[in-house]
Amino acid sequence: MTARYKRMFDALKQEGRGAFIPFVMLGDPDMAESLAILKTLAASGADALELGIPFSDPIADGPTIQTAANRALASGATPTKCLDLVAAFRKEYPDLPIGLLVYANLVIGRGIDAFYEHAAKCGVDSVLVADAPTAESGDFLAGARKHGVAPVYIVPPNADEAAMKKISEICEGYTYLLGRAGVTGAESEMNAPLDARVKYLGEQGAPPVVVGFGISRPNHVATAIRAGAGGAISGSATVRIVEKNLGDRKKMHRELAAFVQNMLAATKA
Amino acid sequence: MEIRHGAFGRFGGMFVPEILVPTLEQLERAFEDASADAAFAAELDGLLREYAGRETPLYRCRNLTEGTKATIFLKREDLLHGGAHKTNQVIGQALLARRMGKTRLIAETGAGQHGVATALAGALFKMKTRVYMGSKDMARQAPNVYRMRLMGTEVVPVETGSCSLKDAINEALRDWSESYENTHYLLGTVAGPHPFPTIVREFQRVIGREAKRQMIEATGRLPDYAVACVGGGSNAIGLFADFIDEPDVRLVGVEPAGHGLHTEKHGATLEKGRPGILHGSYSYVLQDEDGQIVESHSVSAGLDYPGVGAQHSHLMETGRAEYVGITDDEALAAFGLLSRTEGIIPALESAHALAHALKIARDATRETVILVNLSGRGDKDIEQTMPYTKLEVNEYDRKI
Repeated sequence: MTARYKRMFDALKQEGRGAFIPFVMLGDPDMAESLAILKTLAASGADALELGIPFSDPIADGPTIQTAANRALASGATPTKCLDLVAAFRKEYPDLPIGLLVYANLVIGRGIDAFYEHAAKCGVDSVLVADAPTAESGDFLAGARKHGVAPVYIVPPNADEAAMKKISEICEGYTYLLGRAGVTGAESEMNAPLDARVKYLGEQGAPPVVVGFGISRPNHVATAIRAGAGGAISGSATVRIVEKNLGDRKKMHRELAAFVQNMLAATKA
Repeated sequence: MEIRHGAFGRFGGMFVPEILVPTLEQLERAFEDASADAAFAAELDGLLREYAGRETPLYRCRNLTEGTKATIFLKREDLLHGGAHKTNQVIGQALLARRMGKTRLIAETGAGQHGVATALAGALFKMKTRVYMGSKDMARQAPNVYRMRLMGTEVVPVETGSCSLKDAINEALRDWSESYENTHYLLGTVAGPHPFPTIVREFQRVIGREAKRQMIEATGRLPDYAVACVGGGSNAIGLFADFIDEPDVRLVGVEPAGHGLHTEKHGATLEKGRPGILHGSYSYVLQDEDGQIVESHSVSAGLDYPGVGAQHSHLMETGRAEYVGITDDEALAAFGLLSRTEGIIPALESAHALAHALKIARDATRETVILVNLSGRGDKDIEQTMPYTKLEVNEYDRKI
């Protein structure tokens, strides 16, 4: 559903700032704590949430998010339970845009149509399938459209104009622009030049650009916003706070809140 | 599932992160160009002949099938330089890598045979080479780890997931997502995203092409069966490719049944899996009801993989090929038996194919000719099999 994203980007425009969107893994470290983490992120002012469903073989993810997926799977997370968790959260936050980041085999596991139907029912706004690129988007795109879920696609640093044009045509909600090559991780910082791609995507009518991969500090957010992006996503850096504080849950929530607020402070244009 | 790239019936595709798509398209173009280039074919043929030792012999077993009505012919890919069929396609892909201007090779390996083949190509073509290998496989295939390192390849242990082939492929794909500009991912099997299943098949096709001609020269006819082991499925596709249009030849792929198909300890993807997306293609996958990939098991590291090449899924569903399971114990018995009766020590992977061929031989009620792809040699498996073989050999003796 693109309406929540649209309302968010419109409101941010009025405020003269971009979006900060933290990513965490659903079910990490367990289902109950995961729900509490989502609430902390939202209560701290996150403009939207990007949420992963844990998969056994996440080829687009670096060690931090792989480990988070393993923790979630070990605690019994399943795609169904994760979506139910989103539904529970949605009841308390009816307006916050929620995106899912999933792997193709989990989408087709119980049927593509059933997956998108369930996701829509649970209040999911967008779905990015990490290993279903535009070149093989067929059934995923159809499923998303049928159930009013915004299909999100990634613009990598090596995308040529034809690829960016194609993405601009089919992407809804927001456009996920990679800040660098590689897999997710806070170990290496974003380094790809953003300005030209942000501008070109805008000209092609792509939905607002959000930069992800290698966003771990406020200055990365500021760089993305300065380049004309509508926001930034930070995954591994957020997940690391969860990982670092597994033994002290109070501290985990305190640090998550402080992290979101610091990153938000860098979203002023 | 709609498949837009590299479809084999309803299987195949290019299900990878967006960042790998331009690189795979570049590879597809390079392969198409090379296929139309006589100089490329000449260089590949020359290297396969002078460097790798093609053509490989077709050997009629003298003693193995004594007392049965069957004859078993072995396509001796174990005699290929590097010790397995892997070298065929590695040289082809290394030439493609050079053609694309890439200077670095990465690869995954299970048993270490593909890693060894990539290592020798890295040395030959002066390319920096890194091989990802599950730590479990490094322990059970130590001689191959040494061989790779001896040839100047960096072997990186993979400690994630099942610490096996599947996880090594994950790691290689992650590396490639960052390194694609100067690096070619030399995928070792007919699984993976388009165009790998096609490229690897075309470079392995030489196995069946030679074997077909050699069979006709030796016997004046085609075999009744063509049998090969299937992990990812490259040696099987290589053997099958030129027989697919010969309806009288039964194509049999042999999967690792591990402790038995009734247990959870096996790697019989086609027999026990269901369609899913793993490592870039839609094909049969061993997975749980939610779609999480489950760990496979086999005594043979090269077959220990929960996925399979998309074309095999298609060959199975259309009925053109049949797929059966051979347990660890049966493979070990065949391993010992071939060693003792013919003086040929097969790779544990190939021993799976051989074990099934022996079953066919035992059951044959009329003259039957069985072509087996002896895809690799067993030196790498000596240490691992030592504790098992003696008993099993005697047991198999009685059955024959």
